Amino acid sequence: MAATIEDTATTTSTAARAEGPRRRSGIGPLLLTTLTWIVAVGFFFPVLWMVLTAFKTEAAAYTDPPTLVFTPTLEQFRAVFDAGIGPYLANSLFATVVSTLLVLVLATPAAFAVSLRPVEKTQDVLFFFISTKMLPVVAAIVPIYVVVNEIGALDNIWTLIVLYTAMNLPIAVWMMRSFFLEVPKELLEAASIDGASLGRTLREVVLPIISPGIFATALICVIFAWNEFFFAVNLTAANAGTVPVFLVGFISSEGLYWARLSAAATLAALPVVLAGWFAQNKLVQGLSFGAVK
Amino acid sequence: MRRSAADGTTGPPAPHPRRRARLPLLALLGVVLLGVVAGCSGAGALGGEPGTQTVTVAIVSNDQMKDAITLSPQFEAENPGIRMRFVSLSENEARAKITASVATGGGEFDVVMISNYETPQWAQNGWLTDLQPRIDGTPGYDGNDFIPTVRDSLSYQGHMYSVPFYGESSFLMYRKDLFAQAGLTMPPNPTWPQVADMAAKLTDRAHGRAGICLRGKPGWGEMLAPFDTVLNTFGGRWYDPQWHAQLTSPQVEQAAQFYVDTVRNYGEPGAAQAGFSECATQFGQGNAAMWYDATSAAGTVENPDKSTVVGKVGYAPAPVVATPSSGWLYAWSLAIPKTSEHPDAAWKFMSWMTSKQYMQRVGTQLGWTSLPPGSRLSTYQIPQYQQAAAAFAPTVVNAIRTANPQQPTVGPVPYQGVQFVRIPEFQDLGTRVSQQLSAAIAGRETVQQALEQSQQYASTVGESYQ
Repeated sequence: MAATIEDTATTTSTAARAEGPRRRSGIGPLLLTTLTWIVAVGFFFPVLWMVLTAFKTEAAAYTDPPTLVFTPTLEQFRAVFDAGIGPYLANSLFATVVSTLLVLVLATPAAFAVSLRPVEKTQDVLFFFISTKMLPVVAAIVPIYVVVNEIGALDNIWTLIVLYTAMNLPIAVWMMRSFFLEVPKELLEAASIDGASLGRTLREVVLPIISPGIFATALICVIFAWNEFFFAVNLTAANAGTVPVFLVGFISSEGLYWARLSAAATLAALPVVLAGWFAQNKLVQGLSFGAVK
Repeated sequence: MRRSAADGTTGPPAPHPRRRARLPLLALLGVVLLGVVAGCSGAGALGGEPGTQTVTVAIVSNDQMKDAITLSPQFEAENPGIRMRFVSLSENEARAKITASVATGGGEFDVVMISNYETPQWAQNGWLTDLQPRIDGTPGYDGNDFIPTVRDSLSYQGHMYSVPFYGESSFLMYRKDLFAQAGLTMPPNPTWPQVADMAAKLTDRAHGRAGICLRGKPGWGEMLAPFDTVLNTFGGRWYDPQWHAQLTSPQVEQAAQFYVDTVRNYGEPGAAQAGFSECATQFGQGNAAMWYDATSAAGTVENPDKSTVVGKVGYAPAPVVATPSSGWLYAWSLAIPKTSEHPDAAWKFMSWMTSKQYMQRVGTQLGWTSLPPGSRLSTYQIPQYQQAAAAFAPTVVNAIRTANPQQPTVGPVPYQGVQFVRIPEFQDLGTRVSQQLSAAIAGRETVQQALEQSQQYASTVGESYQ
């Protein structure tokens, strides 16, 4: 993977440097396009293979060499639904949506305070936020487990919501800070001259401008919360399990269930892919927002 | 900008910002409603109808366990006061989760699926309920019907602390058709040198066929399990009775060299990353002439949906060198953690799932090859099962009966267990050692280097027991 990225980087910079003459000869862009396609297909192929395998029978899923010719079947999806994905989907949806809303509600004023209206020791505060991401989760899981156990909150969806909020908050503050910094100072001054209060400035001046950024932040939070596995597997049991926990139930150490696992994984990935699809325009706008000064 | 600010201070408030402000509120309300609905689906577990007990079971998501989940509504119908809930995870996740929950008294589970590795250790720690009084007090349950080696391996001070759901050993699977073609016959009790000779003759790289599949993937439950049986039967051991590590002894060196050479010369492609599933695929697709692995593999090999070699496979005991038998012993079993709030209901379910009647239920409803094997002697007396599993059942039950966790190798050892050393540190130690051996299989280091490093790991652990 590292090699691929490096290759692409080298190619891009070479292409950029030699853009003038290359463009005339027509080989450079062609090469670049080919390479881009190779990298893109390389990244996409595992996902494509997962989706394809989901429509195979188990027997077709582990033919060696692998085959592309098969009769598609919905048998695996039926099996996944029979296994009861419903409550897990509901839990995932609830935990993801609530934690993301909480993150946005908390991160917006925090990001404002460390960007447009810098408070005292802003740098320290920012460092504190990001430092909470420096400890690997696995190192903290035992104390977290013990605390959660002591307060009787094991296997409770609200426990996950609190943890997901805490997990995404630093990233959201940092991301939103960079979006806030893009807001022209003059706009704030104008609002202040017109007598707008702080809350009103935030609501009616700043937020509409950075809404693509908020959207991008929300989507990142949704993706992280939806895919989170470690907390979910350790802190839930029969009631609050999320989709990733449901997914590992399909990994068997003593049998072969590639097709069924692929079907479950495809279903699990679907909501996030759809969310990303619908948000595509907003997202691109948001992600490139911080890029242009 | 000026306009909007002015609007706010003097004129009537612009309608759109308000509407926008209401939107998140509505969304939040919707989500909370959703949560109430989601909460309700789980609320039954907390209360439900009065008098109803909910039994939460943590199990490993293997075939037979999934069958039990499928059949559990019948148990609920027969026991109206009990509701069952299952948490089904893959082996590694289940082990980590169950260990954390039981060790810290998390109390999420009324029934946990553990193995003969955990049971005696956890019983000694006082984490499990003694099941012996319940076994003896349940009419028709017949605790003496459990295969003796399995029963002993799940006991602590003569009392069972978990009851077996299914047991397994290891054996050698071979392709009868390829053996006939090559004019070879499998001896009734093969030795490892014989197996290596036959593997050499049956390896056909031009046609993509390996002589033998052996696991090479790191992990104490992956390559270390088959390797440990080889180590034992070559006369090697992890520790001497004084807990001095023995991983650089000539016997261990010989065993490791043999295993690495065999898998490198005659093994499957990509052996250093091949575990049970990869070997199952290779052998099931006809790309290997032999496969030494768990007896539970027979279920995959003889399943026409998953295998192209159904009916072509013969089964032989685990190959030996210096010990009379060398198969491992493993049993997935059910236990009640001390923290369970419903031990009576939990036992009702466990005894249902591990009873003789359950075998009949599985056989008649799901098919006789689906029976959980290796737990009860009576399973092997069921005529339909004898017929359905004729190819492998006798070899399996013999392998389980002759496995010897008390005396796994030639010399005396201070520990118990065939494919593991039954101490808490072994999960970590075994995985580290298997990483070294896997590196030797991949050709990144020599067997001697791998063993020297392993010896250091093992010595560190051994010192705490001296």
